[in-house]
Amino acid sequence: MRTLEAKPEKPAFAATQNPCKLCAPLGASLVFRGVENTVGLLHGSQGCSTYIRRYMISHFKEPVDIASSNFSEETAVFGGGENLKTALENVIAQYHPQMIGVASTCLSETIGEDVEKILREFRAAHSTGTLPELLNVSTPSYKGTHMDGFHATVLAITKHLARRSGRQKTISIFPGLISPEDMRYLKQVTRDFDVAAVMLPDYSETLDGGAWDTYHLISPGGTPVAVLREMGSHAASLEFATTLAPEKSAGAYLEQQFEVPHMRMDLPIGVTASDRLFETLSLITGQAVPGVYQTARGRLLDAYADAHKHVFGVPVAIYGEEDWVIALAGFAAEIGMVAVVCASGGHSGQLRSRLLERLPKTIAKTAEILEDVDFSEIEEAARKRQPELLVGNSKGYALARKLDIPLVRVGFPVHDRIGGQRLLHLGVTRVPSVCLTSGSML
Amino acid sequence: MSPYDEKIKAEEVKAEMLKAYPTKVARKRARQIILNEVQAGDVVPEIKANTRTIPGIITMRGCSYAGCKGVVLGPTRDIVHITHGPIGCSFYSWLTRRNQTRPEKATDANYMPYALSTDMQEEQIIFGGEKKLKQAIDEAVALFNPKAIGIYATCPVGLIGDDVHAVAREMEEKYPHINIFGFSCEGYKGVSQSAGHHIANNKVFTDVVGLTHNRKPGKFVVNLLGEYNIGGDAFEIDRIFEKCGITVQATFSGNSVYEEFISAHMADLNMVMCHRSINYMADMMEKKYGIPWFKVNFIGAESTAKSLRKLADYYGDKELTARIETVIAEEMPAVKIVQDEIKPRCEGKIAMMFVGGSRAHHYQDLFNEIGMKTVSAGYEFAHRDDYEGRKVLPSIEVDADTRNIEELTVQPDPQSYKARLDETRKTTLAAKGMALNDYEGMMAQMDNGSLVIDDLNHHEAEVLIEKYHPDIFCAGVKEKYVVQKYGIPMKQLHSYDYGGPYAGFKGAVNFYKEIDRMINTKIWGMIKAPWDIHPQVVAKYGWE
Ligand code: SF4
Ligand code: SF4
Repeated sequence: MRTLEAKPEKPAFAATQNPCKLCAPLGASLVFRGVENTVGLLHGSQGCSTYIRRYMISHFKEPVDIASSNFSEETAVFGGGENLKTALENVIAQYHPQMIGVASTCLSETIGEDVEKILREFRAAHSTGTLPELLNVSTPSYKGTHMDGFHATVLAITKHLARRSGRQKTISIFPGLISPEDMRYLKQVTRDFDVAAVMLPDYSETLDGGAWDTYHLISPGGTPVAVLREMGSHAASLEFATTLAPEKSAGAYLEQQFEVPHMRMDLPIGVTASDRLFETLSLITGQAVPGVYQTARGRLLDAYADAHKHVFGVPVAIYGEEDWVIALAGFAAEIGMVAVVCASGGHSGQLRSRLLERLPKTIAKTAEILEDVDFSEIEEAARKRQPELLVGNSKGYALARKLDIPLVRVGFPVHDRIGGQRLLHLGVTRVPSVCLTSGSML
Repeated sequence: MSPYDEKIKAEEVKAEMLKAYPTKVARKRARQIILNEVQAGDVVPEIKANTRTIPGIITMRGCSYAGCKGVVLGPTRDIVHITHGPIGCSFYSWLTRRNQTRPEKATDANYMPYALSTDMQEEQIIFGGEKKLKQAIDEAVALFNPKAIGIYATCPVGLIGDDVHAVAREMEEKYPHINIFGFSCEGYKGVSQSAGHHIANNKVFTDVVGLTHNRKPGKFVVNLLGEYNIGGDAFEIDRIFEKCGITVQATFSGNSVYEEFISAHMADLNMVMCHRSINYMADMMEKKYGIPWFKVNFIGAESTAKSLRKLADYYGDKELTARIETVIAEEMPAVKIVQDEIKPRCEGKIAMMFVGGSRAHHYQDLFNEIGMKTVSAGYEFAHRDDYEGRKVLPSIEVDADTRNIEELTVQPDPQSYKARLDETRKTTLAAKGMALNDYEGMMAQMDNGSLVIDDLNHHEAEVLIEKYHPDIFCAGVKEKYVVQKYGIPMKQLHSYDYGGPYAGFKGAVNFYKEIDRMINTKIWGMIKAPWDIHPQVVAKYGWE
């Protein structure tokens, strides 16, 4: 097993057994859903698009269109430039999008496609008409997980679109992979602070819309391209990702390029982390924390007190994306649980140090902190540490069954319960579901 | 609507679909959107199928890896499946097809809950991944010590030059007690999952079937091909077979085990459910071992009865025939009760289905049984023979994508070939109307004027829905929420929406109830708020 403390030359297992990560273009596809009138296109074989669509649909229960350049055996050998151009033409003709996001797959990466060049040629060949924004992001899954794909895409969009023209009283929010419900919550918070906020991505409507009375080719919602162009003029940016290296961070890019102050923080799950968000917003806007949140905060603490006798001292195993694990472990500590296993399929190299900062010393020192692991390794750690509760996405259900302990489903994917896309994890307004459900499950 | 009007409508719908396309695309799609017209001798119009989806057109189709690992081999619980490739492909095919499996004893091997992947990293992409694959096999052996290991190649594998077959051979030498075989099912091969089915059939046929010669006890021993036990369908079929005194030697591949595959050639007969995914196996077993096959359909109570009677005819055994008739007589009344209750509520409603390589055909029977009509149907990854019948096989054009999939030449096996039927028996059966080694396809059974559409895409689905307002639309999860946005109930026929079983007699009852619930729900009627429908209400009582 690979822990950060003792990093053996090579991991005990070469193969991955029941992965705790998804592949990079899925992250890219999620982000593309969060920009208005945008269609994602995967450069590779159609299987990747189909699989990724299916996975997103089973979680969000909404239509998800992702195009493909549809490699054949010949394309795989001789290059997919022509296929990509045909795909772009057909996507434009059908959807009239404002932006097409092209993400690579392992296949196009393996053959070393120069997508940027293909796009240049395409633009040159269509110089007379108006083309949508054509954006390219490199997402080889043999180099990174879905979170790497996600952040790479946020950064690529930011680099492609953000410009500076003066300063606006607007903030950018880079929320990371949160639920549509979480996104709506953040929007409500900024509205209550009376501050304009631009979220990238914002799939709160596109991936959790209502019933429609007429069909929309591209689901309505998402941050408009025009709005994203102004990110360089914003007053500040908030980023809920503390394991992200600065060179991969859109917030850091805005700061460096356009002097937009960059504030990064943990995902605001639970009181402490939410306090941080509210304080930061207060600082930026010069406004006091709105009364509703103060009341809600009190009510949440009251709920903590109610749940306390059930959850106090309970050992818990947490897995998922690194930033999620940190936030959830922090939240668990806040309500008195002890995170004994903190595991992720990601490998930023930051998980341990961030947990040491975030968790009480006694917990952080003894916890099994595992990066770049699969469920077999999580199981091994769990057998050793005997958690009474498992917190993470649906993929841990087999493990929960084996260990015969309850699983609190959070994050992505939650496809075996109704309403995975509507889970509210962030903030203080509603008791985060994890607290409530853990209390009643134990 | 009279048949005449129906035809005009279908023509209009087709024109509307094509209108949106650039000329080249329109020309191609025009040959894949066909107005059905059945002529004497079940001659139907030609449909273009199994051709590459145009880049940028959003398709329901998956890849060859999905067809091979996901569909055909995935349901076998005691073969360890190792995906050789980056992580995603394996993750996405991990327990997502809802094939159920039921080990006899708790200690029996069941690897279905596992997703094993070599999780290729950059190092393997650059320097080759065979070493890691071998390590993965070593680990799988150490962990599970299985009877068999399948290796599945994903897109990058072929390109970096990894040879999964060479690795399989080498590792088999190292572990002689384990059957290790590789599949070159890179996702870019072929145009859909269908290529993967063929690749899977070939390898299982050459490397697995025929290794041992154990015939299960019983007088009537058959194989069931192309039944994947979605939602427990195979359990219901097994229940019926058991009552009839029929032994299933092997199922390809719902609820299956490796042991059954290796002696599958000992059966008397192959019954084929999903023609598309498994016809190669049936055909090759016929050539090599002399096992005839015929098409069955256990979806629908009437169809189940019909299939059972076909089996009775095949054997021509009085006792079996009597027993099958008794079983049908026993099972039907319970089905009838529900049918009679539900039919008045469903009669005359219309259905559409776009799924699979056979399901779109099979489920039409079920809908018929409750008085519903299928006005449009098509397959996701079928070939012309699934639409038009096997009689068109010789005239199917072989394009570059198909040429890439190996077609095995099969000779009768000198030891194991045994013609199951003599010529006189064959003639008698033919006289009775039994089509051996044949499938008449979906179109012959559909009404004239219905629209048959291959590889339906989003845009076309929208036109269908707007023009026909079907009462129910059947496809897969990728289409589900698109259809529901229109306020039309959508039934998934891949995963059954976590319902089922729908096969056999009990399954038919489940399905009738499910459809009744879906098309008679009140939810969709509430989409328009009252103030949208009667805006004057607001005006009247609003305070000034
Ligand atoms: S990489 Fe190839 S094998 Fe894997 S999902 Fe994509 S198309 Fe299928
Ligand atoms: S090939 Fe790569 S991009 Fe495609 S599904 Fe597999 S891991 Fe994902």
